[in-house]
Amino acid sequence: MRVKLDGDRVRNDRIRKVEEIADQSVYRCYQCGKCSAACPATPEMDMLPSQVIRYLQLGMDDKVFAANTPWICASCLQCMTVCPKGVDLARLMEAIRMLQLRKGQNQIEIRAFDRAYLERAPQIAMISAYRKFLSLS
Amino acid sequence: MNRIGVFLCWCGSNIAGTVDVHRVIEEVRKLPEVAHAENYMYMCSDPGQDLVKAAIRDKNLTNLVVASCSPRMHENTFRKAAASVGLNPYLVEIANVREQCSWVHQQQKDVATRKAYNIIKATIEKVKRNAALEAIRVPVTKRALVVGAGIAGITAALDLADAGFETVVVEREAEIGGKLRRISRTFPYHEPADAILAPRAEALRDHPNVTLYTSSEVTAVGGYVGNFDVEVATDPGDGGPPETRTEKVGAIVVSTGYDLYPVENLGEYGGGRLPDVIDGLAFEGLLADSFRNGEPVRRPSDGRPVRDVVFIQCSGSRDPENHKPYCSRICCLYTNKQARLLRDRNPGCRAWVSFMDVRTDCKNTEEYCQQNIEERGIVYVRGRVSRVWQEGDRLRLWTADTLTGEKIELDADLVVLATAVVPAAGYAEVSSLLRAGVDANGFFQESHIKLRPVESSTRGVYLAGAGQYPKDITDTVAQAQATASKIQSLFANEELAQDPLVCRVDPDLCSACGICVPICPYGAREVDALAGFSRVNEALCEGCGACVAACPNKACQLKNDSMVQVVGEIEVFAAEEGEEDYTCAC
Repeated sequence: MRVKLDGDRVRNDRIRKVEEIADQSVYRCYQCGKCSAACPATPEMDMLPSQVIRYLQLGMDDKVFAANTPWICASCLQCMTVCPKGVDLARLMEAIRMLQLRKGQNQIEIRAFDRAYLERAPQIAMISAYRKFLSLS
Repeated sequence: MNRIGVFLCWCGSNIAGTVDVHRVIEEVRKLPEVAHAENYMYMCSDPGQDLVKAAIRDKNLTNLVVASCSPRMHENTFRKAAASVGLNPYLVEIANVREQCSWVHQQQKDVATRKAYNIIKATIEKVKRNAALEAIRVPVTKRALVVGAGIAGITAALDLADAGFETVVVEREAEIGGKLRRISRTFPYHEPADAILAPRAEALRDHPNVTLYTSSEVTAVGGYVGNFDVEVATDPGDGGPPETRTEKVGAIVVSTGYDLYPVENLGEYGGGRLPDVIDGLAFEGLLADSFRNGEPVRRPSDGRPVRDVVFIQCSGSRDPENHKPYCSRICCLYTNKQARLLRDRNPGCRAWVSFMDVRTDCKNTEEYCQQNIEERGIVYVRGRVSRVWQEGDRLRLWTADTLTGEKIELDADLVVLATAVVPAAGYAEVSSLLRAGVDANGFFQESHIKLRPVESSTRGVYLAGAGQYPKDITDTVAQAQATASKIQSLFANEELAQDPLVCRVDPDLCSACGICVPICPYGAREVDALAGFSRVNEALCEGCGACVAACPNKACQLKNDSMVQVVGEIEVFAAEEGEEDYTCAC
C-alpha cells in the first residue's frame, strides 16, 4: 500500500513527546543500520530498531506504535554502544513503551499467568514483565 | 666496430630467482661485438649505476643493453647514467627480462633462462643500429591563452598574469563569470557567489597583463607546445562579420565548464512540460530573487510562495541505462544548501529530498549537511522518485523509502531536479580544434588520472574546472591554480627539449601521396607540395608509428626503431626459438 507522506505529521506532538521523554533527537540518526546489525533480539521483532527511528523521522509514528519491536527490546544497550552518532535508541524504545502504558495499552497482569509457565519463563522475561507491571502503579 | 656492453640486473630475486643470470652472461660474452657483460643484484641502485658508468669509461663502450625491468621503470635512469659519462643516451636500450620473462615463466627456469638470453641477443641486434640522437629543441612563447572565463579560467588567467605572463582570455558570452553568475550563495558558509566572483572578475578586467576577448570564440589552432597560433573571432555585436585575430601563445588552458543535463530529457518527472519542475540553476535564480527583494521563494507557474518543495537528486546521473553513468559530484551538496536556504527564506515550508546516497566529499560539508538535516528540518527520503504529475494546482510524486520499504506519495508546489552535470555545449569543437581528447561522456581527458591531472592529451594544452569533470568552486579553483603552476614551470624554460624518437621521411621514397596526413593523430604530417614530399613536424610528432604502418612506399621510419632494426630483432627470435611455444607458464 502506498503511504502518503504528510508534512503536517512530520515532527508531530507524539514524536516530540517521545524525543522529550527519551531526551534524544531522532533526526540525529543518519540510518546507517548499525543498531539493527548489533541488536540480538531482531529475529523476534516485526520492525528493525533502525526502522523505528526512520518511521519517527518520516512522521509515521502510528506504525511504530503498532509494532512489537519496542516490547521485544530488552534494553541491553548494544544499539547505543555501537551508534556512531551517539543516539540512545534504548531510551527511545523505553519512551515509546511508556507512552503506551500511560494510555493503558499493552499492560500485562502477572497474576494471569499460570504458575508452571512462570517457573519455566526466563528471568530476563520476568524482569521486563515486572517493569511493565510496576510502571502501572 | 661496436663495443657493446651488456648489464643484467637480478632485481633481487625477481629476475635471478628464475633466470640463471650467470649462465646468461657467460653466453652473452661469446657474442660478437660484445666487449663487456656483467650482472648485479640491483643495477638501478647507485653502486649498480656506478658499475655501468665505470665500464663505459674503462672499456670504451659504444652501445649498451641493460637487461632489467620494463623500460617504463628505468630506461631514463640508465640513459641519464650513460649521458653523465659522455655516452649518447639514445645508444642505451633496455631488454625487458622481468615483466616479459621472469615474472611470466616462474615455473620454467630453463625456458626463462633461454628466453632472457634471446631477448638480450635481439636487443643487441637493435642497439647496433641505434643512432646517436640529440633532443629536439623548440623555443617557448611565454604567453598563455585561456578558453572560457568562468571561475576556473579567471583564476588560471589571474595566476599567470600575476606571475608576469601575458594572458589572453577568450569568453564566448558577453559577460565573464560563467555559471557562478547564476548561483545565489555557496556551501557551506552561505557566502554570496557575487562576493566571490566580482572582485576576481574586476581584477581580470583591470590586469595589465590580461587581454580579454568577450563574445569571442577560438576558430583555429595551429602549432605545438610553446608555439601555438590561435585564431580568435569576436562578434562585433552590430550584426557585422566577426573580427578575427591571431594570438601567438606557448600554452592553452581549456576551462570551458559545464551545462546541466536538460530537464526535458526527464519525461517521467514532467521536465519541460510542467512549469513547476525546474533544474538546480533555475532554483538558484529563484533564491537569488528572494534574497534580492526580501520576499519568500515563489514558484514559476503562478508566483505563489512555495510550501512543499521536493528536490530530486541524481536526476539523470548514476543512470547508465537511460542517462549518464557517472556521479555529478556537486548535486548532493548544492541540494542540501538549497533546501536549507529555502527553509530560511520561507518559514513554515517543507523541504523534501529524494536521494540514493548523500555524498559530501568536500571540506566541512558532511558536518554542514548533517546539521541541516538534524536542526533545520529537511526530510530526506531514500529512493528515486518514479514519476511526477500535475494534480490540480499542485504536483504529485511517487517514490519509495527503501529504509523502511514503504511506497510513498508526496504532494509538492515545486520540484527541483538536480540534473546531471554535462560538458558545456561546444566541447566537441574545442576538443577537435585543440586536439585535446575527451572521455566517453565528453569531459576533457587528463593525461594521467593520478599523476598528470591538469595536462590534456596534447602537450601544451592544460585543463581546469568542470569541463574536465564535475567539481565545486573549491576544487575548480585548486585545479585552475595547479594548471597555472604547470604552465609557469613550462615558461621557466627558454626552450623545450623533446624526445627525438620521432618519425623521419626519406624524400627519395616519398611520393607525396598524403596518406600519412589524416592518419596522424597529432597533426604532425603535412605534404610540402613544392618540395614534393611529406614533412614531419618533429615538435608535434609523438613517435606513435601510425604513418610508418600506413605509408605504401615505406618512406616513413621511426628513428631508432627502423624496419631493419625490428626485423633484425624478429630474426633472432625466429632463429633461436623456432616453433617452440613457451607462452604458457601456469
